[in-house]
Parts: sequence; C-alpha cells; structure tokens
Amino acid sequence: MDYRFSKHLKRGSIICILIGAIAIAYGFWTTPKTVEQAQKKVASSHHHGHGSTSHDDQIHVDQNHSDDDSYQHATDKEKHDKHGEHVLHQFQNKPWAAVYVSALFFFFIALGALAFYAVQRASQAGWPIVLYRVMESISAYVIPGGMIVFLILLFSVLGANHMFVWTDPKVVAYDVIIQNKSWYLNINGFIVRSLVILLGWGLYRTLVRRFSLKQDEDTALAVNYHKKNFKLSAGFLVFYILSVSVMSWDWLMSIDPHWFSTLFGWYVFASMFVSGITVIAMTTIYLKSKGYLDFVNSSHIHDLAKFMFGISIFWTYLWFSQYMLIWYSNIPEEVTYFISRFEDYQLPFLSLLVFNFLFPVLILMNTDFKRTNYIVIVTGIIIVIGHYLDVFHMVMPGTVGDQWSLGFVEIGAFVFFFGLFILIVFRSLEKAPLLAQNDPFIEESKRFHY
Amino acid sequence: MDSGKVIHVVFEDDDVLLEAVKDIRQNDYHIEEVYTPFPVHGLDKAMGLSGTRISIAAFMYGCVGFAVALLITNYIMIEDWPQNIGGKPSFSYFENLPAFVPILFEMTVFFAAHLMVITFYLRSKLWPFKKAENPIKGTTDDQFLVVLETTDAPSKIEKYLRELGATQIDFKENES
Repeated sequence: MDYRFSKHLKRGSIICILIGAIAIAYGFWTTPKTVEQAQKKVASSHHHGHGSTSHDDQIHVDQNHSDDDSYQHATDKEKHDKHGEHVLHQFQNKPWAAVYVSALFFFFIALGALAFYAVQRASQAGWPIVLYRVMESISAYVIPGGMIVFLILLFSVLGANHMFVWTDPKVVAYDVIIQNKSWYLNINGFIVRSLVILLGWGLYRTLVRRFSLKQDEDTALAVNYHKKNFKLSAGFLVFYILSVSVMSWDWLMSIDPHWFSTLFGWYVFASMFVSGITVIAMTTIYLKSKGYLDFVNSSHIHDLAKFMFGISIFWTYLWFSQYMLIWYSNIPEEVTYFISRFEDYQLPFLSLLVFNFLFPVLILMNTDFKRTNYIVIVTGIIIVIGHYLDVFHMVMPGTVGDQWSLGFVEIGAFVFFFGLFILIVFRSLEKAPLLAQNDPFIEESKRFHY
Repeated sequence: MDSGKVIHVVFEDDDVLLEAVKDIRQNDYHIEEVYTPFPVHGLDKAMGLSGTRISIAAFMYGCVGFAVALLITNYIMIEDWPQNIGGKPSFSYFENLPAFVPILFEMTVFFAAHLMVITFYLRSKLWPFKKAENPIKGTTDDQFLVVLETTDAPSKIEKYLRELGATQIDFKENES
C-alpha cells in the first residue's frame, strides 16, 4: 500500500516553512548593527537579566573569547569598548545560532534514524523490516539537511558571524591555546573535514536506499541486495562512529575552543540516536493512526519504546560522566563550560535532565505504557524538546553568552526546519511502497510478537 | 480434582508442546504443571498464568536501595566524619551530590538485583539442597513434561494426546 501525502499535512508544513522564514528574516533584520544599539538593547532588557550578573560592573567571565585577557591592561574606556563589541557580536550571532541549532537538531534526527537503520541492517535484525521504509524516509532529510548545515558552517567560518571565534585571526593572535590547536582547528581543515563527512553520510544513504528499492523489484536477486546492504551498513557504521566524533569536535566543541571533553562525540551520538529513534516511533504511530502500516503491531512499537527508554538512560550516563569528571577535576579550561551553563542557562540546562532522563525513565518503565501509542507520542514529544534543548545548550553559551532567549527567532527557526523536515520526510514516504518487499526476514518481522 | 487421574505427558519439541498446551486448555483439561529444559517463549501465556509482579517488586527494592544509599552516604561523608571530596570540603550533601551519584546508582541496582533474586527464590520455594521436583529426569535434558489431571477414560485421552504429538504417556493414580 502506498502512502499519499495528505493535502492538510503538506499545506501545514509549507505554512510552517513560511512562518519560520519570516521569523528568521525578522531576527536578522532586528539585529543591532552598532555597539551603541547593542548596549541600548542590553540596558532595555536588563530586568530580564539572569541572577546577579550585571553587565556594567562585572567583566565577562567568558574564557571562550580570549581577548578577555587584554582587559587587564586596558583602561576603563577601552574596557567598555571591548565589552560593547563583545556584546554586539553576541547579538549578531543570535539569529545565526538560532538557525544553526534548529538546522543541526533536525539534521541529527535524520542522521540518528540513519544510524539506527544501519544498525538494523548490519545486525540483520528480524523485527524492524516492516519499519524500514519509515527509517529510510526520515533519513532522506540527511542530504538536504546536511547541505543547509554545511552552508551555515561555511558562512560562519568565512566570517559572516562570530560563532566560531577560532576563525578570527585577531582572537587567535592573543590566544596560545587556540594557536596550539591550529594544526587541527583551521578553516581549510574544517571545511574539508565537514565535506568528507557529509559526503560519506549522503553516499551511504543514497546507496542503501537504492539497493533497498531494487530489492523490492527483483525477487531473484533479493538476497544479493540484502547481503550488499549488510556489508554497506557495517562499513558505514565504522565510518559513522569515527566521523560523528570528528563532526562533534568541529561543529559543536569548537564553539568553545578552549574546552575539551573526550567523550563529547559519544554524547552527541547518544543525543542524535535517541532523537532519531523517537521520531521513527512517532512517525510510525502517526502513519498507523492514518490507517497505514497495518502490518506494524504493538510489539514493534514496544521495541522502539524500549530503545527510547534505553538510549535515554545511555544519554544520561554520558551526560553525567562528562559532568562529573569535569566537576571533580576542576580544571579551569573545563569547568568554565559548565559554569557558564549553570549561571546563564540554568533553566534549559537543568531541564535537560528532567526532559531527557526523568520523564522517559519514569513513564516508559512500565511495559504496558511502552505499547500504548499515545503515551509513546507524549513521551516522544518530551524527548524531542529535550534534545532540542540539548543542542541549544551546546551551541548558545559559546555564541550568544547571556544574551540568549527562547524567543521569536529560536522558535521561528525551529518551526521552519520542522516544516522542511516534514515536507521532505513525507514526500520520501510517498515515493515507495510502505512495506519493503523480498527481505529474507520479512515474515519474521510481520509475525513479530513479544 | 479429588477423583481425577494424573497423567504425565512427554513431548520432545517445544513448538509441538506449545501448540499442545493451547489445545489441551481449549478442551478444558486442567494442566497442573509443565516442566521444560529451557524457558519456552510464550508458554506462560499459553498456560494462562497470570503475569509476573516481580518488576513491581524490583522497582520498590530499587527505591529502598536508593534511600539506603542516600542515608549512608550522607551519614558517612557529611555527618559522621566530613570528608574533603576532591578539594570540595563544603560539608553540604547537595553541593557534593555528583560524587554520590555513582553510589546512589550502584546501590539502587544492587538492592533491586539481589532482593529480586531472593524474592524469586522465596516465591518459587527454592533453597539450597532442595530436592528436585521434576517427576522425570528427562525434563532437564530434552523432554517436555505436561502434568495434567482428568477424569476421562484413559483410552480416549491417550488417543487425543497422541494426536497432539505426545511421545510418552504415563497414568498415575492421584495420591491425595
């Protein structure tokens, strides 16, 4: 049975894109252009300030922007100017960072789903074959989403904003730590690495989808395509688990170029993996509610929910491992990362644990709840919001500092990419039958029951 | 049940057993117990056993472990003999909480796991040196034994069970 993209959904997604685009444009339009405007904006929004941090009498304790060092030698006037410029940069970063967070988040969903799909292919799992088309369609967003992320990165490192401070030669000149890293952290290397990684992911997704469709048509060669996809997926996973680490250093960790964490790549991986699985579950339940996917039973949903539960705990484990080691050892370069999050980002930072750990664990612990569609959907929404905040809190502190908000631009960017994501995923669903044919394990999958 | 005969029916394949158990129950025979060399998937449902409640017990045991861990870490590290934790002698439980999280986690798992096993032993009346209950030794190797009770005529029931795939049928007089 083929899926038909309903008119309502299509219209809804296009409206989302339009509203989001307007919000993003508005965000760029209202960005302060000069230091005076920026300072005025800070002054007018002072009541909204976070805790006791006051901008006038306190020098920014922001290790990321290493020109801070020169503050000590500067006169008061210069100090004021430097600070003003810093705030201006933060304001100018804001719409960029908002777009970047959402672009990255939806790209991560697709990439997480692709990785999950590759795991199923490589392990030759029997149960998820009826869900292959859903996973393939969600991963369709990897290619356009990756292009958008790449464009944002390209503009950013070429100087359209100040998100990646290590790209600014003026900053690097005063900063020995970044200088020591510049053999790795330089603009050319960054672009080449990003390109190679994105091409690798896009290539896998294109090939695996092509073989999967061919398997549908060709009964005689079906096992051959099955083996081909098995080998391809196993190879991809090796590439993926390495490239995901490199990607996380480049795209996220280098926003705070002094900071380092060795398990950061796994942490980012866990975040995208659980978001991908959650969106697979939610899409499946949505399609079932529309009368499609009648071959998917509650045991399939149960298994997806088990993964949501398990990977949520895995994410928390990595989150805590990273936090505790840094908290314990108390090294200045490392702890500033968490200090800026505790002081300026308390709400999103602490709600991460509630959304991504407490809710999924307490709700999905019960076996019957894992099989109940609406509970999986509600938990899924919480997890998705939680992991948006996760990406948010990885990007924002190093780019906009304490000038953050979850306002017009941030929500607009989210809505924009949400619309785009829906449009691409459901158009891809339309292109092929919803049940992958001729897989050797298809009968096992159809009869799967727990 | 008092005047019924006990029949030991042996099967040699788990799939055959599963189908047979479903069929026997549909024909309103009472299955006393099934002995298998390994856990047969779906057998509990086929026998109509009620679902296990051990997961609820496990959750409560986990909560107990969590509480115990809270109390002992607080008592040992903060109250009784305050200790310098990683250069953080703040004497406050909350401020040193990250250091205690692994202990909270481990104790939760420890209590849940051990008490769950002990509960399982108590519930299934198992203890060291207990005599084996399985009537034939084959159920620890390759045989599946269904113990059922009936008042039907032996010839009729034997024919029925043979059709289900039983390889061995023994009639025992009910002792009680």
